[in-house]
Amino acid sequence: MTVLAAAGARVGTRRRVKIGHVLVVVTAIVIGLVMLAPFAWMLSASLKLNKDVFTFPIQWIPTQPRWQNYVDIWTKIPLALFIWNTAKITIAVTVLQLLTSSLAAYAFAKLRFPFRDTLFLGYIATIAMPWQVYMVPQFLLMRELGLHNTQWSLIVLQAFTAFGVFLMRQFYQSIPDELCEAARIDGMNEYQIWWRIMLPLSKPALSTLTIFTFVTTWNDFLGPLIYLTKTELKTIQIGLRMFISQYSAEYGLIMAASVVALIPVLVVFLALQRFFVEGIASTGLKG
Amino acid sequence: MSSVADMSYDSSRAVPAPRRSAQWRKVLVAYSFIAPNFIGFTIFTLGPILFSFALAFLHWDGSNPITFAGLDNFWRLFSDPSFIAALWNTILYTVLSVPLTLVCALALAILLNQKIPGRNFLRTAMFFPYVASLVAVAVVWNMLFNPEMGPVNMVLYTLGVDPRHLPRWAADKNWAMITVVLFGAWKSMGYYMVIYLAGLQSINRDLYEAASIDGAGAWQKFRFVTVPQLAPTTLFITVMLTIQSFKVFDQIYLLTQGGPGTSTLVLVYHIYNQAFLSWDLGYSSMVALVLFLIVLAVTLIQFRFTRRAAL
Repeated sequence: MTVLAAAGARVGTRRRVKIGHVLVVVTAIVIGLVMLAPFAWMLSASLKLNKDVFTFPIQWIPTQPRWQNYVDIWTKIPLALFIWNTAKITIAVTVLQLLTSSLAAYAFAKLRFPFRDTLFLGYIATIAMPWQVYMVPQFLLMRELGLHNTQWSLIVLQAFTAFGVFLMRQFYQSIPDELCEAARIDGMNEYQIWWRIMLPLSKPALSTLTIFTFVTTWNDFLGPLIYLTKTELKTIQIGLRMFISQYSAEYGLIMAASVVALIPVLVVFLALQRFFVEGIASTGLKG
Repeated sequence: MSSVADMSYDSSRAVPAPRRSAQWRKVLVAYSFIAPNFIGFTIFTLGPILFSFALAFLHWDGSNPITFAGLDNFWRLFSDPSFIAALWNTILYTVLSVPLTLVCALALAILLNQKIPGRNFLRTAMFFPYVASLVAVAVVWNMLFNPEMGPVNMVLYTLGVDPRHLPRWAADKNWAMITVVLFGAWKSMGYYMVIYLAGLQSINRDLYEAASIDGAGAWQKFRFVTVPQLAPTTLFITVMLTIQSFKVFDQIYLLTQGGPGTSTLVLVYHIYNQAFLSWDLGYSSMVALVLFLIVLAVTLIQFRFTRRAAL
């Protein structure tokens, strides 16, 4: 792309620059289409009979869309139950994460107490620690506590992350201390300051944390794979995976179920994507 | 993080008793803010991390009594062909996927930093694979790259590739790693594109103008303004990508199950197998310790560089 723009600039005529610009646009659109092609193929295949899924040349718009696939998936596997299970875990994790992170972050950013920096460094140090390093002892602990094969295991696993505390603290630090001081003079206690001043001001950070947490929890695979072995507890990801291995030739149904699994994240992502992008740009963390 | 060291505790030692109890109240209030998160964090993260280090030097199958292993687990690494394959494959995955993803992310960012129609839609499109459910996109990927009927091979066939030489992708031990790397790059490049976009937007416009006055063409501007200005971002992304690559698991579990043979067996897969299939918890923790040390080394290198580059 830059080579094209370079060629345009070197020749220096306006016409060449214009052609360069057109080429940039065309390149961007082609790449965009390639990136989205798997999704388009998924959507298209979800409306086909198994025998038509692999016809070539690809028929992007099925002549006779088979909506029945979207009816059948709900009875072939307990898809609604899987979605409900995932929603429960995701909402619980997100709420706990927002609440506990913003509380802790307030203390780390605005209060003074012994060992504050030591504790905070302890948090930071574990951000770089891959979960995979301690997933085995964590599993053993959960088993000891009897949380294995319950949804609680996944909730407590993801609700108290160092990342949330870090993100919220960074944001709170940008809020002037004078604001808290003024509120203290007005007779507010710390809990009131947190609830009435900090939380309303930190909507962007809370939104960022919400979408990060939501997407990570909704899409989590290894966690549920380790912790949930009972079908009735499974989340959409491992439920979908189970479906794929049980009905590996039911291409149309698999694609329909996959589309359904994508929709909640798509909705949340489109609604909150501004905060997602800002969050990545400002912290670069998480992934 | 910059203000970690700039705080000064009030000299509370010399204050009279009533003020002192007020001071205690303040401390208790502060701790009450931290407690909900900190207790959960200590039990479910900090504790297991410490236990994980201990477990690396123990033998345990999860039910019989624990026995001390000393360095047994450590020595075993060297005689375990699966571990050696896993370490090698993880390094291979990293070496292939980090540059590929980095270059694609930078190219996308530069492309979508231009004023073109539909720019926001395109940015969203590039980013969407990153948030899309891995299981769903992995199954599509497996179908697209199906060696017999998949559209990708059909296109290659139409373009004139000899049917006998069509890549068998995830089913071929020479192509499986490439398939996984391509998938990883497709899924994550949009994320790093966003970081690059932020980097691009923070470059001072005057630099480009000055370069123009000096007669620099677009390529020279890219080479002598954009690339050096983005160096801190590039370093940061490289480190992030490297750490992510060493932790790769999900996409391999879903695309190749570590196969064919051990051609895509990676470190985390080995940890998973040793722990949850063989119940060899001590040994799996030793492999985890190796993973930890690698990630730690990468992080420390980043710390050294960023302090110099003042990211």
